Amino acid sequence: MVHFLSATSARSRPHRAGAASAVAVLLAGCSGPQSSLDPAGAGAREIADLFWWMAGGTVVVWVAVAWLTYSAVRGRVAEQTARQARYYIIGGGALFPTVVLTALLLHGFRILPPLLAPAPPGSLRIAVSGEQWWWRVQYQPDGEEPVELANEIRLPVGEPVEFILDAPDVIHSFWIPSLGGKMDMIPGRTTRLTLQATRTGTFRGVCAEYCGESHALMAFPVVVMAKAEFSAWLAAQRAPAQAPADPLAERGRAAFLQNGCAACHAVRGTEARGRIGPDLTHVGGRMTLGAGVLTNNRAALVRWLAHTDRVKPGVLMPHFGMLPAAELDAVAAYLESLR
Amino acid sequence: MKTSAAPRLPERHESLWRLIVSPTVWAVHFMLSYITAAVWCAKYVPRSGTLEPVRWLIAGYTLVALGAIAWNGWDGYRRHRHGASELPHDADTPGDRHRFLGFATFLLALLSAVAVAFAALAVLYFHDCR
Repeated sequence: MVHFLSATSARSRPHRAGAASAVAVLLAGCSGPQSSLDPAGAGAREIADLFWWMAGGTVVVWVAVAWLTYSAVRGRVAEQTARQARYYIIGGGALFPTVVLTALLLHGFRILPPLLAPAPPGSLRIAVSGEQWWWRVQYQPDGEEPVELANEIRLPVGEPVEFILDAPDVIHSFWIPSLGGKMDMIPGRTTRLTLQATRTGTFRGVCAEYCGESHALMAFPVVVMAKAEFSAWLAAQRAPAQAPADPLAERGRAAFLQNGCAACHAVRGTEARGRIGPDLTHVGGRMTLGAGVLTNNRAALVRWLAHTDRVKPGVLMPHFGMLPAAELDAVAAYLESLR
Repeated sequence: MKTSAAPRLPERHESLWRLIVSPTVWAVHFMLSYITAAVWCAKYVPRSGTLEPVRWLIAGYTLVALGAIAWNGWDGYRRHRHGASELPHDADTPGDRHRFLGFATFLLALLSAVAVAFAALAVLYFHDCR
């Protein structure tokens, strides 16, 4: 008996641990910087509500069907007349699903037009182009010159912002799950998506349409800020790059220009005016490198420069691993100083 | 013998074609609605242009489709009620084949009517091409 009990509890322990891990994994999707179920935007709130209603409704229908099945097989149901059975079949098999589907369809139709509505005139517009595999981001404030940045999006809280989306070569999809729905970026077309963040915080956006080798490495941080803080940040981003303040960064700038980086990258305020790759004017101030792949710091910059193709397979940028370590470190110091 | 196979049915040769009239009307209604909206938005108005003429056209398609489905459904119901037989019309007789095909036509007409209504409901909510 003792043996039996201990054997049982020994068996059940891994089962319990397994079940607990499964629940933990499932619940991990309910929050965090990239969860549709932890909304921080008006559109995401609608979508999360729809999900919960549908999930709840599914449970109710499933339990009802399971109960009916059990009663039919095991229960002591009174003898049914053919007419009663027909009512069950017509009611449960045709009328009930039709009513439920109609209600879901009408609810879906009701929430779609507001999700697709344009932002009011005068709102901030942000043009985002899906590149392989990074994001070209151009802020277009009403009545001001546009500001081009890359791989990070900052938004003022509480304000509707219209994203103008396109792609030069292959299809991508722009998705910030915490803020709202996703929208395809299609070569030759312009699509639009309005998002309105409802709380400040840092979230994560992703490409939601397979777009090639490094599709899974095409993400971006999204920072929702207070309006005044956002305006100050945008003004700082509009300014040209600061001149290097120390000799290492100064050497880095020279190496940056000598090694041809300027053919693809722009650093406003210098002779680097390339348009093929991301604008690097304030790259040192960004949270990540390589479109959400590495946390931005000196070591990560060196790693990116020396092993670009290993960090992001298939990337257009060649690696610069052939440069001496001291030169790589100097270029990294220069890029880090571009805040 | 629960059926009373009539010596002469209204139709000399039973046809399967009437069975698929309603689903075909549903498919044609869906395609026409989709193509009309796509062509209108791609060729005639800007991105946020009005969908008003398309909404009226789709309302027209829907009335015609529901009319055709109602006619086909009634035809099926009439065949299902032929003679004095009860469901499920599964005897191996010309009479029950006639009734069975009629009943299946009637059920497919009901399904197709719901499907056409679902497709048409979209125009109640969408007023422009976005």
